[in-house]
Amino acid sequence: MRRLSADESHMVCFRLNGEPVEGPAEPRMLLSDFLRHVLARTGTHVGCEHGVCGACTIRIDGMMARACMTLAVQVEGAEITTVEGLAPEPGRLSVLQAAFRRHHALQCGFCTAGILMSIDTLLQAEPEADAGRIREVLSGHLCRCTGYRQILDAAVEAARALRKETQNA
Amino acid sequence: MKPARFDYVRVDTLDEAADILAQSGDDARVLAGGQSLMAMMNMRLAQPAVVVDILQATGPRRPEIAKDRLRISALVRQEALSTRVSLAQEVPLLAQAAPWIGHIQTRMRGTVCGSVAHADPSAELPLILVALDGRVHLKSRRKRRTMPAREFFLGMMVTEKSDDELIEAVDVPLTLPGTGTAFREVGRRKGDFAIVSCAAVVRGSLTRLAVGGVNDTPVVADWENLAPADLAEALNAFAWSLDTRDDMHASARYRRDLVRRLGETTIREARSCAD
Repeated sequence: MRRLSADESHMVCFRLNGEPVEGPAEPRMLLSDFLRHVLARTGTHVGCEHGVCGACTIRIDGMMARACMTLAVQVEGAEITTVEGLAPEPGRLSVLQAAFRRHHALQCGFCTAGILMSIDTLLQAEPEADAGRIREVLSGHLCRCTGYRQILDAAVEAARALRKETQNA
Repeated sequence: MKPARFDYVRVDTLDEAADILAQSGDDARVLAGGQSLMAMMNMRLAQPAVVVDILQATGPRRPEIAKDRLRISALVRQEALSTRVSLAQEVPLLAQAAPWIGHIQTRMRGTVCGSVAHADPSAELPLILVALDGRVHLKSRRKRRTMPAREFFLGMMVTEKSDDELIEAVDVPLTLPGTGTAFREVGRRKGDFAIVSCAAVVRGSLTRLAVGGVNDTPVVADWENLAPADLAEALNAFAWSLDTRDDMHASARYRRDLVRRLGETTIREARSCAD
């Protein structure tokens, strides 16, 4: 059992995009705020802060999760991926990110980081995911610019490209 | 939209969690998947002094078969229902309803027992538990007790669970061969709160319809030897017996209409897969 008192900051350590990170957090600090304000990784966006909009979606130990409904102190020792971890190297986009760009699957970009994390996680777990399945996963996100069509097109194309990559590997 | 201050306790066992609850009483809240509690804390609707995080505790992470029932322990996430291929044979209604529980992003973190403890009137899991004659297993430092799900839910987010108790597990009977079940829901967006959700169970001469999203708790209607010709009238009477209310999502009249129409579709579907 470990008890962390409300009035103090406690050191939290976990792996973020493959690198060990640590920083101080009071128990009440949300993981979304910890990522942005303590670790200065502002790729994860914050929208509604009650789990509805999906903007802050990240990956915790391989599972999609809302960073705003997770406490920083809860992810001690976890493996976390955020949108900053998607690109294979600086200056290069992942297959999914490139498809988003090609299909104009974003306008203002506010919701994009969360949507990329959900679809990236889906395509890793279910490479055969079809448009219907992608649409279902997309229902956990709000986008007020695109009308979702372009996002769906980009995700379907990325899924196809990734399947081809695997077949040719 | 930030939680108020609280002490955070990460426990290694549910026994430890029960000890903390015994010490802190109604100042403490159990944090399982956090997909309801964290939202409530962010909105300051909940301001516990102590948050007891049970997610790292030891215990089964998947549903398990215990004799003739499927037992779902405190740490089982909702997504563990979707990924259990055999669930469609074991408890088909649970498999039918699983895709409707929140969104995949919340199912991957939220737990089954957490949703039952939260007891939102429009939540799918309390409805399914009631429709299937499920049970809730409660644990405190003093004792353990088991009660039928139908008696567990008392009102909107109010349950039989006292402040020093936590839900150790829930269980439902394995569905008998020849039973037909179906689940339907209408909401503004898939994964949003249900305006009306219907679960039907047809077995032998029994027709059962359980409705969520209308009253403060799931409501069950049982009919014996209900002839297809009498279905519409029975559903109309049932719809009028409910405590339908107007709110920002739908009018009372629309809700009654959904109970009649969606109820009929759900029952017909359940009948079609019953022997």
